[in-house]
Amino acid sequence: MPHDVIIVGAGITGAAIARELSRYKLKVLLLEKEAEPAFGVSKSNSGIIHAGTQNPPSSLKGWLCVEGNRLLREELAADLGLNFVQCGQLIVIFDEADLPELEAIKAEGTALGVKGMALVDRAWLDANEPNLGPGVKAALLVPSAGIISPYRYVYALVENAVKNGVELKTSSKVIGVNRIEKGGFYVEAGGQVYTTKFLVNAAGLHADEISGLAGAPSFKITPRKGEEYLLDRKREHIANRIIFPLPTKTSKGILIIKTSDGNPMIGPTAHDADDKADLSTTDAGLQEVLDGARRMMPSISKSDIIAYFAGLRPVSGKDFIIRHEDAAPGLVNAAGIQSPGLTSAPAIAVMVADLLRKHGLPLEPKEQFHRLRPRPAHLFQVPLEETRRLIEKNPAYGDIVCRCELVSAQEVRDAVKRGAVTLDGVKFRTRAQAGRCHGGFCTTRILKIMQEELGFPVTALTKRGPGSELIKEERK
Amino acid sequence: MKERELVIVGGGPAGMAAALAARAAGVEDVLLLERDQHLGGILNQCIHPGFGLHHFKEELTGPEYADRFVRLVKEDPAIEVSLRSFVVKLTGDRQLSFLRPGALEEVKARAVILATGCRERTREMIAIPGSRPAGVYPAGLAQKMVNMEGWIPGKEAVIVGSGDIGLIMARRMALEGVSVKAVVEIQKTSRGLVRNVVQCLEDYGIPLYFQHRISRIHGRDRVEKVDVVRVDDEFRDIPGSGFEISCDTVLVSVGLIPENELLEMAGAEMDKKTNTPASAEVNQTSLPGIFACGNAFKVYDLADSVTRDSELAGRAAAKYLGRL
Repeated sequence: MPHDVIIVGAGITGAAIARELSRYKLKVLLLEKEAEPAFGVSKSNSGIIHAGTQNPPSSLKGWLCVEGNRLLREELAADLGLNFVQCGQLIVIFDEADLPELEAIKAEGTALGVKGMALVDRAWLDANEPNLGPGVKAALLVPSAGIISPYRYVYALVENAVKNGVELKTSSKVIGVNRIEKGGFYVEAGGQVYTTKFLVNAAGLHADEISGLAGAPSFKITPRKGEEYLLDRKREHIANRIIFPLPTKTSKGILIIKTSDGNPMIGPTAHDADDKADLSTTDAGLQEVLDGARRMMPSISKSDIIAYFAGLRPVSGKDFIIRHEDAAPGLVNAAGIQSPGLTSAPAIAVMVADLLRKHGLPLEPKEQFHRLRPRPAHLFQVPLEETRRLIEKNPAYGDIVCRCELVSAQEVRDAVKRGAVTLDGVKFRTRAQAGRCHGGFCTTRILKIMQEELGFPVTALTKRGPGSELIKEERK
Repeated sequence: MKERELVIVGGGPAGMAAALAARAAGVEDVLLLERDQHLGGILNQCIHPGFGLHHFKEELTGPEYADRFVRLVKEDPAIEVSLRSFVVKLTGDRQLSFLRPGALEEVKARAVILATGCRERTREMIAIPGSRPAGVYPAGLAQKMVNMEGWIPGKEAVIVGSGDIGLIMARRMALEGVSVKAVVEIQKTSRGLVRNVVQCLEDYGIPLYFQHRISRIHGRDRVEKVDVVRVDDEFRDIPGSGFEISCDTVLVSVGLIPENELLEMAGAEMDKKTNTPASAEVNQTSLPGIFACGNAFKVYDLADSVTRDSELAGRAAAKYLGRL
């Protein structure tokens, strides 16, 4: 039986679309080329839920961002058991001559529907953000911005979509798309050929290639690299909000980012790249990030850094590309989803569903849509009394695997049961190995739990999918 | 909340020596908390010889050295050992919360000795640029994989840093048939013991590059090669001196950091640079009744020295408790 919709890409965009379509009586398949969802562009996301500022009021992404922010705050965070923290953001200036620029950002934000913004002076900053350097003169406070774990957001959406009947296939790279004359597509992926009436392209960095395969080579994706540096959780309270400088033409600048897991982050850089696979960090990137962050907060030191990574933003022009391609009837592109893609995703999903409906896909609500997803238990998120209750219910919550981030054996097992098949998948779900020792103490224990749960030999376990095997040989 | 006379956090060589010394000095009730499923700490993975030359006047392996203390601890009914017990909270007035399978326990201690050891500095702390593939491990983790689990992480290895763990792992990997292509050290000399440089590298023909650094790690999924460059006395790259080494594994051995997050949580004054208690005197902290010993107090070269100084911690706690 053909699928009604195949979605290519299980990043935040594809995951949100899958979850949105799972409300309806449809046969939906979600294809992901990597070993797990969120392993492409989304895994390197900063985790900022933007308010909508710093986008022109005429832009698509501006209003999708404001609407996506609202959907997460008012519905999804509670429904999906997500740890969303509405900490707010500050856009700081170093020269009072730049005040008109803050006023302009405020006026544009207001036009988009961003609420509660206010200009704050140095006295306010001294009282509320005491670690800001003396160079900072004033700021725009944007209260509706917040933070979330980007991968746990993706996993929650995918889990809930699957619960509602969406089929997920990982390690399934789309290598061929053929249009069927009387409508629809044959999609070749992971050694299978699937038939579908509609194709939704949320393939991130590779969205241009997928659109081309489907018969609509209408845009090009350029990767724009961003390097990010994570600080020790001990510096959690260095900032109470996300701190931005004034934006430049290509980026929102080097930021000081609170994260929902506690470790502050500094970055990202923004440099156009050629290679869609180049996730390397550089000496120059580190210096740029440190300089940018220390301009706002001079007490940040290189020795605070415990981890770093680079991500690639899928850029195509200035705005998102969300449209039905008339050259390839049945193809809906959700492409060029760079910042603020994480925030916009739920709104993009609603827009894509609407485009599908307009082009002939009936959207008939299911009798029973499971809106809620139980919140996974994470010791690092709960007070000690809650930990006591968890351990009383299940002793394995008292069996600590990761000492830096306080992760129990039960959480690792839960992560595998919820779909983690790689060491990174366990890390993203649980935070085990994400702390200051970088897995030095817990890696062997995690691998043993994975062996038990998955039934693989240790030599088959990988960091992030085939090719990234961790152990070459096992001595009996 | 249950009250205990002395609670020791960490059941490695430091914690065990402190427990036994405290008992010998008259302490009547010791609770020894160990996060792992057995006592001995890192000694369990140090299967090479070289331990005990000072303390026992004979050469032992790590597990043999540990076992001498484990037996004494187990024989003493006044030392309660709680395994798989992980301390999550310590206050300045010596209240401890710890998790173990099945329970969250809270105790009030009249004295506390922290013997929590070290963690390894990681690739991230020395900021080696490049990609982040599988195959980059802290050397101590690789040691645990090979010696405790029988897992051989790779076939061709480069080792960053010539500290003792790096040197010992170079030999250990070579003995397992791994081609160890180089040890790369940014300093002019090794931080490890001379005997280890000779016995672990020279005897196995493993090249040691002083004043070199890894400037980049390559490989998308698994390590494929590293770039190496020579540096001058100010650690600046010397142009034109770079070369590549192909390998599938990089072991990072660039030093140890005392694990003192509990002490910091309790509010003790810390030396930020070394992550140790700010203290003029061995094993002391700024908090009354809370002591630190072994590698948590300072990074030692020899387990024998850890034993010697940790016994002093046991006696110091006994004195604080009015037993001496």
